[in-house]
Amino acid sequence: MRGNHVVAEAAVRAGCRFYFGYPITPQNEVPEYMSERLSNVEGGVFVQAESEVASIHMVIGASMAGGRVMTSSSGPGISLKQEGISFLSALELPAVIVNMTRGGPGLGNIAPAQSDYFQATRGGGHGDYRNIVLGPNSVQELADLTYEAFDLADKYRIPVVILGDGMLGQMMEPVHLPSEVQIKKLPHKDWTLTGAKGRPSRFIRSLILDPMEEEEHNWKLMRKYEKIIKDEVRWEAISVEDAKLIVVAFGIAARIAKGAIKRVREEGLKVGLFRPITLWPFPGKPLKELTKKVKHLFVFEMNMGQMVEDVRLAIDGSGEVHFYGRPGGVILTPLEISRVISSYYYQKRL
Amino acid sequence: MRKVFSRPKSIKKTPFHYCPGCGHSLLHRIIGEVIDEMDLQDRIIGVPPAGCAVLAYNYFDIDMGEASHGRAAALATGMKRALPDRVVFTYQGDGDIAAIGTAETIHAAARGENITTIFVNNGVYGMTGGQMAPTTILGQNTTTSPGGRKETRDGFPINLSEMLAVARGSVYIERTAVNTPANILKTKKAVAKAFRTQLEGLGFSLVEVLSPCPTNWKMDTLASCKWIDEVMAIHFPLGVLKDLTGVKRDAH
Repeated sequence: MRGNHVVAEAAVRAGCRFYFGYPITPQNEVPEYMSERLSNVEGGVFVQAESEVASIHMVIGASMAGGRVMTSSSGPGISLKQEGISFLSALELPAVIVNMTRGGPGLGNIAPAQSDYFQATRGGGHGDYRNIVLGPNSVQELADLTYEAFDLADKYRIPVVILGDGMLGQMMEPVHLPSEVQIKKLPHKDWTLTGAKGRPSRFIRSLILDPMEEEEHNWKLMRKYEKIIKDEVRWEAISVEDAKLIVVAFGIAARIAKGAIKRVREEGLKVGLFRPITLWPFPGKPLKELTKKVKHLFVFEMNMGQMVEDVRLAIDGSGEVHFYGRPGGVILTPLEISRVISSYYYQKRL
Repeated sequence: MRKVFSRPKSIKKTPFHYCPGCGHSLLHRIIGEVIDEMDLQDRIIGVPPAGCAVLAYNYFDIDMGEASHGRAAALATGMKRALPDRVVFTYQGDGDIAAIGTAETIHAAARGENITTIFVNNGVYGMTGGQMAPTTILGQNTTTSPGGRKETRDGFPINLSEMLAVARGSVYIERTAVNTPANILKTKKAVAKAFRTQLEGLGFSLVEVLSPCPTNWKMDTLASCKWIDEVMAIHFPLGVLKDLTGVKRDAH
């Protein structure tokens, strides 16, 4: 199945009944699939909004009402959604937001890119907040992480961003789809707005005029983030046991790097891969752990160098960090990566 | 002894923070009375805006979910689609609905979203200190239209309700005011009719309420109420702008 169809189908199977979107390439297959799929499922709602701004606020409304809700977009559209994403965070509302990233800045192009890493992992909108950010590297992982994203969102009452890219959205791979959850069996939410029947009235707001109270709200969010950092960090490490050089890459760049590593390993180079799956929280500790043995890290990204900053922060000088990137929608190739790796490997006489 | 006047059940005991002579307090009470009389307190959800009424959730004893500036109609769309058997209304000022939220509002009306909007028009951005609003009339002095609004510099005001009446999905749109006892009663009837329109599933309903803002108009209360009749209502005529409730009901 195609990545964009998989993200939509996995969402419905995870109990997503509300989807609000707006067309933008390269994610159009998500709203197209959802428009059909949600029309044929009980309680399903699909609205093509008048803008990305409107769609994210429809997400807020459905989330306040207690539904599992998703929206998707790409680069410029995600920028427009940032207002609402900041509100989702402040209001502590669960939602899943898919970004099939394209080349930027500005309108850029519609080719695959990883240039929205900063935007996704630093919050993206105004104010002090973080979202859980998941970076799948295959269509199968896209299905699994989308499915899990709804549980994470509900568990922590937080927006979860699936940071894909145009390639992941468009490529077709065999996929094992997760089974359909029963919505009635999902954990009860005791904070939703459904009309004050048999209970005192409630409100959900983000305006907190008293700075001391707003500070406390910020610390409350921070405590939640600390718990997520402690419990939800995910990564994959391949062939690191004997490695002298570790490639660090996420998402589709990591997938491409796997091919390159296979190639250089055949030549006898001891190269491993470290792949963050949660981009926020970033798996800094396990990466730093690796630098006890391996002192050379090479970061590959399809941007001008964004995740590399997290890598440097994480290892805090305990190794050498190098970067190679292709911004603007240019796709890295396994050959290109393997050439960069081998030339570095031989130069350093590893 | 019989109690002839009391606080509506759906209005909390919190004192209003609104300025003396402001129309919001009156309108809150009107909506509270309608909610009580229609027995909606346990199945209505309000969406307050950014603006003077941002703290409405401190006053209404009903479920409320705050929207960011201008986005109430979109938020209410998501909420109502998720809870089609509840009554969902937005409460928005003129800056919120007719400037930054124009797109959200027009499209909610065009889609025929089965929600109700209470649109409070006082011709200024009240909360931020009386700047020019999309509804500031020509010649009106505000902090950002010094010397009065000029069409060459500031452009013309927008008659949003008339625009919304053209939308295919809107069903009931009326403009009222809260400057006289008679107009207050008309406003109450209009709010009740708008909620009924939604309860019957007919589509988008909106009540625009011309409302005094003595503080930012720099007038006393009486002069403000008179100004609504003598000046504001010339540009924003009171009355029913669209009513398809009968037609729609028959079609059902």
